[in-house]
Amino acid sequence: MKIIACIKQVPDSEAKVRAEGGKVSWGDAPLVINPFDEYAVEGALQQKEATSGTVTALCIGPESAKEALKHALAMGADDAILVSDPALNELDNVGAARVLAAAIQKLGGVDMVIFGRQTLDSGSGLTPAQTARTLGWPMLGLAGQIKVEDGNVRVERVIEEGRQIVKAKTPVVISVVQSIGEPRYPSFMGIRKASKAEIPIWSLSDLGISTPTPIVTRTELMNPPARDTNVEIITGEGPAEIAEKLADKIIAEKVL
Amino acid sequence: MKTFVYIDHFKGEVQPGSWEALGLAKSFGTVTALVFGSGVDAVAKLAFEYGADVVLLVDDPALLDYRAETYASTLSALTSSQSPDLILFPTTTRTRELAAMSALDLNSNVITDATAVEVNGDNTVVTRPIYEAKLFEKVTSTGKPQFITIRGRAFPKPEQQEGKTGTVTKVDAKTDALSTVEGYSVAEVGVSLNDAGVIVSGGRGVSNNPSLQPPAGLDDKQAEIWRAQQGFKLVGELASVLGGAVGASRAAVDAGYIPYSNQVGQTGKVVAPDLYIAAGISGAIQHLAGIRSAKMVVAINKDADAPIFKVARYGVVGDLFVILPALTDAFKKKLGK
Repeated sequence: MKIIACIKQVPDSEAKVRAEGGKVSWGDAPLVINPFDEYAVEGALQQKEATSGTVTALCIGPESAKEALKHALAMGADDAILVSDPALNELDNVGAARVLAAAIQKLGGVDMVIFGRQTLDSGSGLTPAQTARTLGWPMLGLAGQIKVEDGNVRVERVIEEGRQIVKAKTPVVISVVQSIGEPRYPSFMGIRKASKAEIPIWSLSDLGISTPTPIVTRTELMNPPARDTNVEIITGEGPAEIAEKLADKIIAEKVL
Repeated sequence: MKTFVYIDHFKGEVQPGSWEALGLAKSFGTVTALVFGSGVDAVAKLAFEYGADVVLLVDDPALLDYRAETYASTLSALTSSQSPDLILFPTTTRTRELAAMSALDLNSNVITDATAVEVNGDNTVVTRPIYEAKLFEKVTSTGKPQFITIRGRAFPKPEQQEGKTGTVTKVDAKTDALSTVEGYSVAEVGVSLNDAGVIVSGGRGVSNNPSLQPPAGLDDKQAEIWRAQQGFKLVGELASVLGGAVGASRAAVDAGYIPYSNQVGQTGKVVAPDLYIAAGISGAIQHLAGIRSAKMVVAINKDADAPIFKVARYGVVGDLFVILPALTDAFKKKLGK
């Protein structure tokens, strides 16, 4: 099977992200592969092993996003493609879906596209379904388990109420949740291979599409309101008295 | 502004965010509720009781099971013929997908996780969290209709007016499915983190009870998980007395103490309870971001310097294995349970 893992590069989740002058600042924190997308790469590698397939990591981003693709290569992806174009600086999720769909069609013969369930930056989680819709392929969202048999893909979707078991014919688009399995660590050999890899860059003209116009645009960026940080430490003679006092305080705050 | 609200449900059990969306929509004028499914008259009836003026009902055996493609195509067809300005949704696993697809069909886009919606003529300005709620942004959409999913507990749930009714209009379904639903394994779900008014969470610290003796025959890792499960029992008992949900830190989830679905913060859930009780959670930056919308935080931790105390209103520096049961008892007594 020919499998694509779609990934994005984001600021590390340890970063102290702030709004500064209308822009997002993450200080000197590193840019990393979106943590949810490590699960996408893991899911893709599991299917590669189960079906003797190949995994291509695909990313939209600036030149620096090659580092995220190298992480996917080090984990075990066979190759990687970066879609990078100055025209893509203002991209909303519909635009991203159109660009990814065009890249997937250019690759050709793809059986399965795997996404993480959302990105850490925007967090909207819309791009997988919009990519599936653009391609006209079935969307199997929030899979905690994937099985392939005779051109059929069966997934267990993790939903609010439990799990929904859904089957569709390839080609399919899947998004995965953490129950797919802990992302493997890059191996020493993988890291060496990734460091030497030549990652092709595709522009919009390579994909044969025009610049997508964003439909949703940001008008303002805000830091969250500061929290009243005066903690009152409850003390007392033994746990029963502390618990008694704390319960009274909580009840008086009318938060129950 | 012509406003539709999509009522999300699973086998007739409505996701409570649907009513919050309906309440928000009512503040803009008259509201049409959209109810999709098979045999869902009861959901339509409830929609009126929560404030819908009109219900567009798509009742078709092909919609018995949620599938992204059939639901999205049905919504797109209905929207094309009815031309609403705005469609509001609760944010759920289903609505993210079907709104995403339908918006794409209609050359629009979706704004997810709204925590505030200002109406500006026929347009809206939406506030939403980004970067795991470390930041907020205001966004607008040039798409028509506008698709907005609202964050759970960001808007008040309207009062149910029993017996209130209205006009039901039946609409045809689109049945172009691309997948087959083979079944469900429905979990025993307690109160969901997204809808919880109270959350009691445990961290890595829940496994550190030295006074417990694990059963014989467990290896070190199994013994640690066994200890953690005893710790989470205490967390669960307090949550249960308060009618709340059980949460966990990433450290507790990664250590295998409790499933991912319970995780708050980084790659987990951003929550907005009235009361958040953190037991044995030190307070990593991602966890603190995930609980930023909590009205009040109470921290129980052995380490007086733990960062969690910086965001807490009340704190107890002490052993959670002693404090949690004492707190459960105190609430049982005071709340008459």
